[in-house]
Amino acid sequence: MTAFFTILFDGVAYGMLLFVLACGLAVTLGLMNFVNLAHGAFAMAGGYVCAVLVNQSGWPFFAALPLAFVASALIGVVFERALYRHLYSRSHLDQVLFSIGLVFMSVAAVDYIMGSSRIFIKLPAVLEGQIDFFGVGIGRYRLMIIVICGLLTAGLQLVLARTRFGSRLRAAVDDPRAASGLGINVPQVFAFTFAFGCGLAGLGGALSAEILGLDPYFPLKFMIYFLIVVTVGGSSSITGPFLAALLLGISDVAGKYYVPKMGPFVIYTIMIVILIWRPNGLFGRSASR
Amino acid sequence: MSIGKMLSPAAIGVAVAGLLAITPVRAQESVKIGLILPMTGGQASTGKQIDNAIKLYMQQNGDTVAGKKIEVILKDDGALPDNTKRLAQELIVNDKVSFIAGFGVTPAALAAAPLATQGKIPEIVMAAGTSIITERSPYIVRTSFTLAQSSTIIGDWAVKNGIKKVATLTSDYAPGNDALASFKEHFTAGGGEIVEEVKVPLANPDFAPFLQRMKDAKPDAMFVFVPAGQGGNFMKQYAERGLDKSGIKVIGPGDVMDDDLLNGMGDAALGAVTAHIYSAAHPSQINKDFVAAYKKAYGSRPGFMAVSGYDGIHLIYEALKKTGGKTDGDALIEAMKGMKWESPRGPISIDPETRDIVQNVYIRKVEKVAGELYNVEFQTFEAVKDSGKTKK
Repeated sequence: MTAFFTILFDGVAYGMLLFVLACGLAVTLGLMNFVNLAHGAFAMAGGYVCAVLVNQSGWPFFAALPLAFVASALIGVVFERALYRHLYSRSHLDQVLFSIGLVFMSVAAVDYIMGSSRIFIKLPAVLEGQIDFFGVGIGRYRLMIIVICGLLTAGLQLVLARTRFGSRLRAAVDDPRAASGLGINVPQVFAFTFAFGCGLAGLGGALSAEILGLDPYFPLKFMIYFLIVVTVGGSSSITGPFLAALLLGISDVAGKYYVPKMGPFVIYTIMIVILIWRPNGLFGRSASR
Repeated sequence: MSIGKMLSPAAIGVAVAGLLAITPVRAQESVKIGLILPMTGGQASTGKQIDNAIKLYMQQNGDTVAGKKIEVILKDDGALPDNTKRLAQELIVNDKVSFIAGFGVTPAALAAAPLATQGKIPEIVMAAGTSIITERSPYIVRTSFTLAQSSTIIGDWAVKNGIKKVATLTSDYAPGNDALASFKEHFTAGGGEIVEEVKVPLANPDFAPFLQRMKDAKPDAMFVFVPAGQGGNFMKQYAERGLDKSGIKVIGPGDVMDDDLLNGMGDAALGAVTAHIYSAAHPSQINKDFVAAYKKAYGSRPGFMAVSGYDGIHLIYEALKKTGGKTDGDALIEAMKGMKWESPRGPISIDPETRDIVQNVYIRKVEKVAGELYNVEFQTFEAVKDSGKTKK
């Protein structure tokens, strides 16, 4: 029974991590209607920034995490202004080709600068090992992930639903022409949102180095996971991808534990079943666009 | 583009006449070696180590053997067998190489095998470790190792040293399955029991659920084989889950504890017992000099891949010395068969029957030496042959 709780805990931590990595994609894909396959590249950038700061410059891990967010957000804003905005009105195929090209360039660039081997971020001793909680093994690092990601999710939901910026963003997405007619600076709102999504990915990249491993192929390896989270969750809100990420995290970990031979198939089976049942995802709007 | 395509036939005629006139006075001919390695992609560290080691050897021993100048042509196949085959063909047909060498992964080595046979070109395998490779062409010679060599030895060692119950965790691909099969055969033959057997997908993001299964099986030790790059992640999660404290030892072939990555794993790796062919801490003078020279040149520690490359180029040099610089494929292979020498890893030789390497396998434990993690050897199994051949 304790093993069950440990698996549940690991699954939640894994799901939370997937959510932070993928929710930026949910925003660009769902809210801005832009297919950005290069999302993982921003996550990788954050991971490498954190690794360089901690391992080479001796920064404390917790100080480097926000920096990973800021660095990825800055890279995001530069790319959005320089490249992405020209493709907003283009077809999805153009967007896919453009962003996949960006992925390959990022892989080659990181390979060239940082080398191809996997790197690790030196963790403070506080985060190592497990806590024994009534016989259930709780990994300290995973506990930290759950706390950070939980707070972020709550914050995001509040910003989107309750603040002026949140309503501007929703307005800009629903009808950009009417929104700009009302005096909302639509390009600015989009740029900010895009940068924020990239920043979240960067933070996710830094957090995931310990669990998923960080190497130049990160954006390619995990692209499929991000896409599963967004397609299963539906891309019209934050809660959809959040619940989808949790579902996938738990079922992936539990599947590998209870039926190791079938392990890798479990999440794909779940994805197919859900998409047959609800083609727009669990919480998707019914074919509004 | 070759020169021939750029010049008119008349110009070629003049050039050829010119060359013919020069040939008799040319002091040296050159022998070309086509080196095919993964220099980019997930296996790039293998390629870089072998390339480094070969450059180091040529600096130390000069680039002339038996009056011939040695020329190495490096090509990057990214560990993709299709590329390997194309590059091998280009090297043999266009560049007229006398050897093809390198080969980071098993499929790459196999892809080049038919070309070696057809062209009668010796293929020196410096990395790939599946047993069948040397059976695929009579022109293949290996200077790395096979997984059966190290996995059978750790199986024998485990039963003799109080390990009765073992859970296995291996990556689900050819080398992983080779390692598992060899280990199982020797471990169970000695009276050991496998209590849990898990095969992990090759592209595996998170070891957590598999490790939890290992923990619940409560074995004396877990046998692990994952590709070199994943070893670090594995050991970190092993420690995170407290398996080190619950007394479950890590044993396995030494790939997991590659010298290249060992220091990045942190203290979690301490105490892991593996069987392997080379440790940077091997206490011989030759190895101390080799490690010092490698560190000085490249700023990092040589791993078992570097040693395989170092021995591979040595084999080529010695074979050329024996044939007096002749590059006939059959003569070179004959020269290599049965060759013996002292490598940084210890005494090694080429088995005249299988053309595979015969070498000592060492049992090592990860310990801290002068602030760094090393695989410290404490027991030696001498002159181990590959036991994984299909024709025994």
